[in-house]
Amino acid sequence: MSRAGLLRLLVIVLLIGGVEFLCRIGIVDRFTMIPPSEMVASLVRLVGTADWFWPDVTYTLRNIIVATCMSVVGGFLAGLAVHALPRLRRVLDPLFSSYYSVPTFVLYPLLIVVFGIGPLSLIVMGAMFGIVAMIVATLNAIDRVPRVLLKVARVARMGSVSTALRLKLPAAAPHLFTGLKLGVAYSVIGVVAGEFILATEGIGRRIAYSYNNFDNATMYGMLVLILMLVAVANSLLQGWERRLHRRWYRR
Amino acid sequence: MTKTADVHVALRGVSRVYPASAGHSSVHALGPIDFGFRRGEFVGVVGPSGCGKTTLLEIVAGLTAPTDGTVEFEGRVVRGDVPDGIGVVFQEDASFPWLNVADNIAFGLRRAGVDGAETARRVDYALGFMGLTDFRRAYPAQLSGGMRQRVCIARTLVLRPRLILLDEPFGALDQQTRLLMGEELLRLWRETGATVMLITHALDEAAMLCDRVAVMSARPGRFIGEVLTGWPRERDSRVVSTPGFGDLTGRLWSLLRDESRKALGMA
Ligand SMILES: Nc1ncnc2c1ncn2[C@@H]1O[C@H](COP(=O)(O)OP(=O)(O)OP(=O)(O)O)[C@@H](O)[C@H]1O
Ligand SMILES: [Mg+2]
Repeated sequence: MSRAGLLRLLVIVLLIGGVEFLCRIGIVDRFTMIPPSEMVASLVRLVGTADWFWPDVTYTLRNIIVATCMSVVGGFLAGLAVHALPRLRRVLDPLFSSYYSVPTFVLYPLLIVVFGIGPLSLIVMGAMFGIVAMIVATLNAIDRVPRVLLKVARVARMGSVSTALRLKLPAAAPHLFTGLKLGVAYSVIGVVAGEFILATEGIGRRIAYSYNNFDNATMYGMLVLILMLVAVANSLLQGWERRLHRRWYRR
Repeated sequence: MTKTADVHVALRGVSRVYPASAGHSSVHALGPIDFGFRRGEFVGVVGPSGCGKTTLLEIVAGLTAPTDGTVEFEGRVVRGDVPDGIGVVFQEDASFPWLNVADNIAFGLRRAGVDGAETARRVDYALGFMGLTDFRRAYPAQLSGGMRQRVCIARTLVLRPRLILLDEPFGALDQQTRLLMGEELLRLWRETGATVMLITHALDEAAMLCDRVAVMSARPGRFIGEVLTGWPRERDSRVVSTPGFGDLTGRLWSLLRDESRKALGMA
């Protein structure tokens, strides 16, 4: 591991150790937070014993995966379309850049009215939250595709669809990762937060339920699960990105 | 000028003005130009920096529309699209970083639906004459600038275009490689009967490779003269040591000298 990687690990261990210490000596009381070691122990216990565990986890995971695919694929296609229409882009650019200052979750009740309480509302929530990050990343990524490559496509007499998929997509890929990572993170937030507000199943709804019942062990156990999920997804993407960059750019 | 039947590409009154943009007044980059390429002819274009050579190439290819005038390729007016049968090697590096050398070279062949065996054969041949055989699995990022340029040349030539447009294709190569690549280009030209337009800033390269070298003025670029080399079709880089060679480059330079001074503002 690199020096920076080791230091990073050390920082994380110190932080967790610090929280553990504060909890153990009683500065943070058990009603506020249980020690991190107990969070992990609680998660392990839930995996083995709680009958709701796997149904809830698969429900949420499925929604996250569908929402992520929708925001990433939809965001890329929408980004391509907007990029091809510079006038539309000038109109939309300010809207994109202010999108994340709007509390999107106020729309969740409306989604429930339209799509009902169920996976569809959650998926739309997650996809809506992630898609703009992907659109913005796609616009920036295509801006960075060298113009000469687009000329090559025209000389090869490629149509606009094949230019998009066989040239713009691969050429923009290294720069699309920003959008991909944000798209995943935002979709997770959108789905879990939606469940948190109102849902009948899922990790977020389980966390809200345990919170209301002062069941700190379950609540923190499930929080650790979400953190781990996001960390794993992120490091997979990061590894993929690094491999691409190493192959594409000099040294 | 030539008989119409022989004319492969015809430019009539072609000019190009780039419209004014933020902080910049409009630029009259090129023309008006009247010019004809005979079928199978190897034509060089030399001119001072910024005189509109790339603009001219893009107009001939159909990548840029002329502001005035028309281009005809094989009897049809070029408008909007790049016609079939044209290959272009650009001045900048245009290799695809996501494909290895062999896949880069095969890109156009696969798109054109050439079958696998034929594609492999042509790619192997191109790797051979471009000196890239040992690098067939390497990615462009692992190659030098000159090697990447060779990948782009190979990617265009394997398609056997009927009109090959080359924009300073050997710019990133050293003198020896340049001479040898030039020979390979000559061989391909002879074998395929293609028409070639070669833009170059190296006068000796133009004098060695071309049947005819057109000289452009400073911007807005116009044709101010041409030099016929008179080489036989069977020729190679050894023409540089024939007695007439120095005279050819000398004539090119005397046409160019004043224009180059103008382009640099030395008038
Ligand atoms: N897209 C463009 N928009 C505005 N002006 C342009 C554009 N492309 C070229 N020009 C202008 O047109 C002129 C000719 O450019 P061009 O690239 O054709 O020259 P060139 O002869 O190929 O130069 P070089 O020898 O440096 O390659 C230049 O003055 C340049 O500033
Ligand atoms: Mg140029």
